[in-house]
This record gives sequence, C-alpha cells and structure tokens, in this order.
Amino acid sequence: MSKSARFDPHIVRGALMDSVRKLDPRHQAKNPVMFVVLVGSVFTTVLGLQALTGRGEAPAPFILGISLWLWFTVLFGNFAEAMAEGRGKAQADTLRKSRRDVNAKRLDEPRYGSSYTTVSGALLHKGDVVVVETGEFIPMDGEIIEGAASVDESAITGESAPVIRESGGDRSSVTGGTRVLSDWLVIRVTAEAGESFLERMIAMVEGAKRQKTPNEIALNILLAALTIVFLMATATLLPFSIFAVNEAGKGQPVTVTVLVALLVCLIPTTIGALLSAIGIAGMDRMLQANVLAMSGRAVEAAGDVDVLLLDKTGTITLGNRQATAFVPADGVSETQLADAAQLASLADETPEGRSVVILAKEKFQIRERDLHQLGAHFVPFTARTRMSGVDLDGRQIRKGAADSIEAYVTSLGGSFPTGVRQAVESIARQGGTPLVVAEGNRVLGVIHLKDIVKGGIKERFAELRRAGIKTIMITGDNPLTAAAIAAEAGVDDFLAEATPERKLQLIRERQAEGRLVAMTGDGTNDAPALAQADVAVAMNTGTQAAKEAGNMVDLDSNPTKLIEIVQIGKQMLMTRGALTTFSTANDVAKYFAIIPAAFATTYPQLSALNVMHLASPESAILSAVIFNALIIVALIPLALRGIQYRPVSAADLLQRHLLIYGAGGVLLPFAGIKVIDMILAGLGWV
Amino acid sequence: MSGNDLTQLGFYLLVLLLCVKPLGNYMASVLEGRRTSTLERGLYRLAGVNPDQGMTWKVYAAAFLAFNALGVLAVYSILRLQHLLPLNPQGFGALEPHTALNIAISFATNTNWQNYGGESTLSYFTQMVGLTVQNFVSAASGLAVVAALARGLASKNSESIGNFWADLVRGTLYILLPLSAILAIFLVSQGVIQNLDGYVPVADSKRVLPMGPAASQVAIKQLGTNGGGFFNVNSAHPFENPTALSNFFQVLSILLIPAALCVTFGRMVNDNRQGWALLAAMVLIFVPLLLIEAQVEVGNMEGKEVRFGTTNSALWAVATTAASNGSVNAMHDSFTPIGGLIPMFLMQLGEVVFGGVGSGLYGMVVFAIIAVFLAGLMVGRTPEYLGKKIEAFEMKMASIAILVPPVCVLLGTAISVVTPMGLSGLQDRGAHGFSEILYAFSSMGNNNGSAFGGYGANNPLVNLTGGVAMFFARYWVAWPVLAIAGSLARKKTVPVGPGTLPTHTPLFVGLLVGAVLIVGVLAFIPALALGPIVEALQ
Repeated sequence: MSKSARFDPHIVRGALMDSVRKLDPRHQAKNPVMFVVLVGSVFTTVLGLQALTGRGEAPAPFILGISLWLWFTVLFGNFAEAMAEGRGKAQADTLRKSRRDVNAKRLDEPRYGSSYTTVSGALLHKGDVVVVETGEFIPMDGEIIEGAASVDESAITGESAPVIRESGGDRSSVTGGTRVLSDWLVIRVTAEAGESFLERMIAMVEGAKRQKTPNEIALNILLAALTIVFLMATATLLPFSIFAVNEAGKGQPVTVTVLVALLVCLIPTTIGALLSAIGIAGMDRMLQANVLAMSGRAVEAAGDVDVLLLDKTGTITLGNRQATAFVPADGVSETQLADAAQLASLADETPEGRSVVILAKEKFQIRERDLHQLGAHFVPFTARTRMSGVDLDGRQIRKGAADSIEAYVTSLGGSFPTGVRQAVESIARQGGTPLVVAEGNRVLGVIHLKDIVKGGIKERFAELRRAGIKTIMITGDNPLTAAAIAAEAGVDDFLAEATPERKLQLIRERQAEGRLVAMTGDGTNDAPALAQADVAVAMNTGTQAAKEAGNMVDLDSNPTKLIEIVQIGKQMLMTRGALTTFSTANDVAKYFAIIPAAFATTYPQLSALNVMHLASPESAILSAVIFNALIIVALIPLALRGIQYRPVSAADLLQRHLLIYGAGGVLLPFAGIKVIDMILAGLGWV
Repeated sequence: MSGNDLTQLGFYLLVLLLCVKPLGNYMASVLEGRRTSTLERGLYRLAGVNPDQGMTWKVYAAAFLAFNALGVLAVYSILRLQHLLPLNPQGFGALEPHTALNIAISFATNTNWQNYGGESTLSYFTQMVGLTVQNFVSAASGLAVVAALARGLASKNSESIGNFWADLVRGTLYILLPLSAILAIFLVSQGVIQNLDGYVPVADSKRVLPMGPAASQVAIKQLGTNGGGFFNVNSAHPFENPTALSNFFQVLSILLIPAALCVTFGRMVNDNRQGWALLAAMVLIFVPLLLIEAQVEVGNMEGKEVRFGTTNSALWAVATTAASNGSVNAMHDSFTPIGGLIPMFLMQLGEVVFGGVGSGLYGMVVFAIIAVFLAGLMVGRTPEYLGKKIEAFEMKMASIAILVPPVCVLLGTAISVVTPMGLSGLQDRGAHGFSEILYAFSSMGNNNGSAFGGYGANNPLVNLTGGVAMFFARYWVAWPVLAIAGSLARKKTVPVGPGTLPTHTPLFVGLLVGAVLIVGVLAFIPALALGPIVEALQ
C-alpha cells in the first residue's frame, strides 16, 4: 500500500474542506461535547446579530468575537477528525484503482483445460471456478484448486516482489485485484461481490465502517456526564447572579454570552474534539504498520492483551537451524568428521545442509568441492530411510537422526558407540538437534544443529514482561528441546509438541483465567485457535480460512508484528486517557479567568481571584475561549501520532502521565491564557 | 490553635482509627452471614424469607426500594395522624401534607433534614415509632447496598449479589442495635434524658422544660449518620449533649461506622489493602479541612456552646458534614465565611469522605471506578477495579451516581433564589443569604440533613423541591450502585499482573482524592464564589 506523509499538503487541503462539511448537525450530534459547542456557536451568533441592531446584552464586537472563536473550536475539532481520516482516504483511492472490473473465465468444469464462459468479475458467486492466466488479474478472492503461479500482490501489500501461490498447503489463497505474472491458476471463488478482501480493506481505511470501540463508548459517557455537570453549574449561574444583583443592588446579571463561553471552556472540548481523531489515527497507525484490523474493537483489545502466543520458528528463532559444532566419536578427529559431514551435505540444499558446509569451511577451512568432478552420487533424503548422504569412491557417507543411523550401521554389522549416544542426548538437552554422521558401518560423530534465537528478542520479551504481558512459545519440538530454547529466548512459558487442538486448549485455559490472548497464524489448521483468540493476526500469505478466522491481517506476514500491534492498541487508550485528564485539569485556570470577570460588576472583590492579572473582564473571557480553541489545534499532532509507548509498569506509567497531563494540564493554561490576554491587550482589541 | 486544641483533635483521630479495625472486621463477619441467632432465624420464619436465597441486582434493588417506600409511607401516615396516636402528652396536632412528606422522605433517605422543631411539633410516638425506626433501617439499608457492592466485586460469574432482607436484618440486629444500646446507656449516664413524661413547667415563668425519650434516639442518630435531633437545636441542647464526654463519644460515633466500613469492605473483597486505601483517601481529605476549620473558628464563639468551645465545635461541624450525619453542636450560620464554606464543600463532594453509613463508602467506590477508568486509559489498558473490567455499563451507572447530587443541589438552589416563596424564609441578605440557601440544598441534595440555619425552609416549595432532591440523591445513587454490583458480579475476575494498575498504592489514593476534589470543585466553584467566597473577600 502506498504510504503518504501525515501532513501532506494534499491531505491538509482536503481536511480543511471536510472541516466545514462536518458542521452538519447530524454529524455533530454523534459527539455530545462538540454538539454543545455547536449549539453555543449558533446561539452566540444570534445574540451577536441582535447586538448589531443595538438591542444586545453586550457590545456586538465582544459577542461576535466570542462567537467566532466558538465556531473555530468546532472547526478545529472537525479538522482533527478530517486529518485523521485523510491518509486513509488517500489510500482508499489507490486501492479503489485496483478494484477494476475484470472479465473472468468461468470454467464449466472445475479443472484446467475445461471449456469456459467469459463473464464480468462482478457476476461471480461463491463456489464458481475460474481460470486465470499469465498477465490477467484475479477477479475475486479464492482458493487455488489447481496450478501454481507467481502473483504480483503489490496492490494489497505494497511489496513489489512477486509471491508464489499454489494449490494445496498454506499458500493456496489468492486475493482479488492481484495479478498473475506467470503460469496459470484454477481458483474456486470464496467471496461474493462487495465482500472481498479489497472491498473490506477500502471500507476499513476509509473509516466508513468505523464503529465506536467499547472503551470509546465508556469514555463518551463520562464526557457526557461531565458536560451535564458543567451545563448545570453554568446554567444555574444566571439565577444565582440575578439574586446577587438584587441583593447587592449593583451591577448586571451575567450575560448569556459569558455563560456560553464559560460552558464551552469547562466542558471537555479538548478530548471531545480529538476523540474520534484518536480512534481513526489508531486504525491508521495499524495500517501504516501494514496490519489490516477488521474492527476498531480488535485494535483496542490489542492494548489489553496479557498473553502472546508466538510460534517458535520465524518469530523467536530464525527460520532455520544451523550447525554450530562437530562432536566426533572416539578415535575420530574433528576434522575427519567435518570433512565427511561436508561431503554428505554438499548436495543438500536445505538451509541446515548449507550451514554444515559453512561451518566446516569456517572451522577447518574445508573448501567446497564439486560433487560432479568427484564423481559422487548423491543419496537424497527419503521418508523411508530418513537419511541423506553421498556415495563416492566406494565410501558411503550418511547423515540423519540418531535412530535411523543406528539402524543403518547395525544393518551393516556395525555398532552405535556409547560416547556418541551420550553426545546425542546432551545436544538434545541443550535444545539442539543432533545429526549423526556415519561412514559405512562406522559412526563418525554428531553434528550439533541449533535453533538460533533472534538477536534482541530476549530484551523484547523482558520489556513485555515489565508491561505485564506474558509470552508463550509454541513449537512442535519435544519438551526437552523446547525448554532449552524457551530458556534461551526468555519466554515465560512454552507449549511443546503443539498440535492445533492443544493450541486451542491452551487459549481456552488462559481465557478462562480471565486473560486476553493474542496469536498469529497462517495455516488452515490454525483457524480454530485464531477464531478463539481475542486478538488473532493472520498472515497475508496464509490460507483463506486463517484470514477469515483472524480479526487482523498482517500484510507483511511478519509474526513479530504482534508486539507492535499490542503497542499501537495501548497507545490509543493512553492518548485518550491523557487528553481527558489534560482537558479536565485545564478547567481550574479557566475558572480563575472567567469567574472574577463574569461577576466584576456585582462583586468587585472577586477580582482577588484574578491571579493572572488579566487586562479586563472582556479580555479574560475571550482569552480563555481562544486558549480553549487553540489547544485543540496544538494537540492534533499528538492525537494523530499517539503518546509514545514505554514498556514500564502500569504504576510508573500512570505517575508519569499524571505528572505531564494532570499537573501540566493545571499549569499550562495559566500561562497560555495570560499570553493570549497580553496579545489581545497589546493589540488594543479589548 | 493551641497545643491543647491540636492534642484534642489528634486524640480524636487516634481513637477513631484504633476502633476501625476491630469494628470493621466484626461488621464483615456480620455482613458475610457468619453470625446468627434464634431471634434472626425467627424473624426470617415470620416474614417467610430464605436468607440464603441470592437475589439478582434487579430483585435486590426492587426489595430495597419497596422497603424504603414503605418507610416513607409509614412516617407520612404517622405524621398526618399524629393527633390520633398515643404518647402525645403535649397534644401536638397533625402536620401539613408538604411538611409531612418532606420529613418522611428525609428520614427514609437517611438525610434527617428537619423543617420542624422536635420538641414543639412531634409526639413521643412519632419520634420513637416514626423517626427512630427509620434511623435504624435507613442506615441498615445503606449497609445492605455497600455489602451487595462488595459481593459484586468479590464474586465471579454470579447472578446474585446477596439477599437484601438478610442484609437488612443482620445490619440492624448485630451492628446498629447493640452499638446504639451501649451509646444510649452511656449518654444517659452523662445526663441525656430518657423518659415519657409531660413537659415540666419552670417555676415563676411561662416556660417549660421539654422531656422525652432523647437518649435512645440520639445514639442511633449519631451511629446511623442520621443526624436528626430530638430537640430543635440538636446536640447543642444540654438534654441531648450535656458534657464534654458525651460530646466526644457522639462525635466519635458520627464517623465510627463509615470509617470502619472501609475495613469491612477490604475484608469482603478479600484484599484488606483496598479498604485501607479508601480510608486513607477519606482521611487525606478530612484532616486538612478539619485543621483549617478549627483554625478559622478560633476566637469565634458566636453560635457556639461554652461547654464545647471553638475546636470541638469545628471538629463536630467537619465530622457531621464529612459523614452525612447533619447533627450539630453549634450553629453553622454563625461560623466565619471559610468556616461555613468547609462544611458546605464537604457535603458537595457527594458525601463520600466517610459519608453516610454504607452510602459514603459506595459513593467512594463509584469515584474509585471513575478514577480507575481514567488511570486505566492513561496506562493503555481497559481499566479494571479489583480484577473487574470497567466497561460502558459501569461507566454509565457511575456517571449517573456522580451526576445526580450536584444536579439536585444546583437546581434546588436556583429555583429557591428566584422564587418569592423560596426566598420567603431567608433571614440574611446578600452573599450570606445565598450561602444559607446553597447550604440547605447542598445538605438535602447529598442526604446530609445538616442545617446552616437562617433559612426557614418549611414552606410548600422548599419542602417539595427539597423532598425531590433528597429522594433522587439517595435512590438515584443507590440504584446505579446496585446495577454496578450486579454487572460486576457477572464478570470474571482478571488475575493481577504487572500490567494491572494497583489500587492500593499511595499513587492511586492520590488520584482518588484528586478525582473527588476536582469533581466537587468544578461543579461548585461558581456557586461557592457567589456565597462564602465573596463573604470571605469582603
């Protein structure tokens, strides 16, 4: 997917237009806080116009000045939301271009070479079988039932290198809108028009399907309650001040304009204006990480995850085992063993085989030899023998698992030395895979194949642990090997000899304890576990079943991404919480600005509360309103970017954020309002 | 303040805190149903109640509301039929409907706002069968609700939050009755009267000395955070509160149960630290305000009893408004502006700093839920309190509970200051007059019942608006709290981990104190500015 900068001028221009469009009361009504501001803006505009006719409750410039800044407050909130949506919209446009309506060759019989009818891709239904040939676009999501081809998926993933897709196994799913570069595929359609992956993706990035997440709903309730409290506190000030004027016998009751200004300043407009932007930006950050969340709920749940199930291979260890040592049998030198091992591996193109050759070269300078020149005969691995090797000059070198080699040497009249047996056990205990090498009926020794734990992963897990997230390694290895790797990688727990059933059971057990479980998966056999997990990230390379069972798809198919996803989820919640605290803490200073100003004529002694020494009652009220509007703009970058996540304990994080957004939120507006007041007074506007 | 004053305040706090743990543990054993008696079982058999039958929150709330409605009806009927009922040596007549309704709601809601003078209006029968009974059962109702809330937090995947009838009976039988009996006997030893005689004429004058069963009502009035005085001047009256010692034990009784309930709560949710944290938050708000109050009242003897002095009057004023007690031993109207502001502000905080029996603690837990919600967001995790996830439903209910009291106070005050009838009983003018009205509605709108004085509130308008305020402040807070209890009971408990925000640490206590203060300050600063703050700046 193409990436664009957040403050791309094109996006900003679009957002500015949208901010005005979003003034629609039906849109504003979804957000109680901003709706109150909108009503206030309209109300003060009417009062201002009335003042222009000479019958106003206060001078027209003052009322209209307040009114103008109230409108700005609404617009700034709209702008924040539009900015958050902007990048998604741009991406949706790009995606839409790939959603071309292509003609599909619908097969009459589900096999290659059958006769076909050409129909529009939009008319395909679930279960139809189509053939796609070189250069053609795949019309709809589907499962390959025959053939193999290289496919260009850049429209979806942004990755330009083609990928191989083939029938059977975990790489059998294809996405509509991608293109076959070579060969052909017979595909069974798995989605109806309008429900394809691409369609869902467009809807998601555009935010069209965005529903409020559970936490956002809860926060909205709290904000609405605060708004009602402030509505009461300001509305009752009118009767209170009428009473005060009657009693004091001087001054005028507080004007409706001032009450509206006070109300808007007090209600949590900062968070109210930025709330939806934060949610959209969270989804957007997922998208920038090339993760497609199927719902905002999933993103939010990611922040709550306490257990991560991580596949060993590819996530915790590098994909392949590597040879790390040669352990010779008694009477055999290490070089002899290495030489034989290298010969046995020369034709073995598996990564394990390559690593044996490399180790022999690094350790004993045994150079690569050409098997053809040597006249050697390669013996490939078969399921029956479970060994591979080479025959040359009458030598028969074999390597394989201990029991296979033992059977092999015994059949040739040899025996399996105790020393080698001990070495085999010791390697297994350390988490390695022992590979025994034999020449004829003589066992030469053992190659130590080791899982290489990814660099830095242990530190990453320690960070997660501090943040309260447990990691569980999933592996098909035996418990002994698994335990050793688990210890080396620093995971909290592991599941050895994992089967899909045991995985599912593990998730259920953890969930029953009240934990939220996240996992990644790609195979069809992962689907039940993915469906059960709270946060389930399917690899884009995975099968259709896995993608449908998950609630997120990782377009990069990178299992380590899960960690990033958790952080994005947390960031979204933290940003909301911090801005709510900030918004409420701001009110203290606003009271100090507005209360003495509002009652200056009735109770001049209240000017003792004017601790900021604001120039005049009018400038005090206007400054508070302006500060209230500008702080929204100032915080848009923070809302879009999210608060930086730190892997520290909850208590430390709370302390830090209370200090910055709580204490900072109390202090900052004193300075801000004062500066604005000085500017207003300096310009002679009030 | 002198060293002696500080010592007295310190001694009071010390004794209070020493009582908290044993009483708290005892109350936990009662509310968990670990104590039983033949009397209790007999009562259940009589009423046809199975105390072990769990109730869903809706059934529990319905029982609570129905029982309280019966209480209102009973008191109202007694007041309206007073002239026909026995034990009326002075021959007092029936009360006006609006006055009777206000009193009935006032006592059923544990407010004990009094728009009447006891010795000049009510018969002994009314005081004993009407009001004292409500003093017991309204406090027991509060105990029941907080016990249900604690059970909701402690249980997992359960529909039941306990049995209201069992909670009501146990709270009355094993907590309120025994403590009241002890206190009443002690008060009699100090000279508080307890008789059913007619009023005694004073020789050579037209005056009479009022008589009556005062001690039995005074004891529960303090312990049950009711506060309704037997006599008009409440515990400033020598027959209600004759000595320094009676004063000490009465003011101790005001905070005793609300403070000890924190420990009970900790026990019931199986984490004692949680109870101590809530108590710490209460003490942290209480002590500074107490010290300021005592300091600003130094030298101001107007409206105070010579036998108590300023410090003990200040202590009482702060304790009675921190708890939703409302009894007085001095006239708050005569306090300095700041001295009047502090009690008013304590009520406006929603009666959660100790607060009423049960109601104070459940109010504080609601604030804890709000604080935990904000804190949870700030650390990037769906908030949880005691292992229970706080979600939209809990926030909705918590918001209602936080919202209702300030709305009642502000609207009630607003209606009174702009209507002739609302202003008719006002004694003082200007900002002080405003303070008097604001105080009255802060008191009713938070179920305190304390009177500032200076505002004759016995007219149809104030009786009705005040009655509505008291009603909503009690039931529209208790009902959402029960809803929260029911919803939390159904949830599973999330295990504690490093990602869990601990709710027993000083940091969280600080946050809780901050949440309580900021909601109170933000809602009431404008109103306070026009009353006591203006007075103070004059």
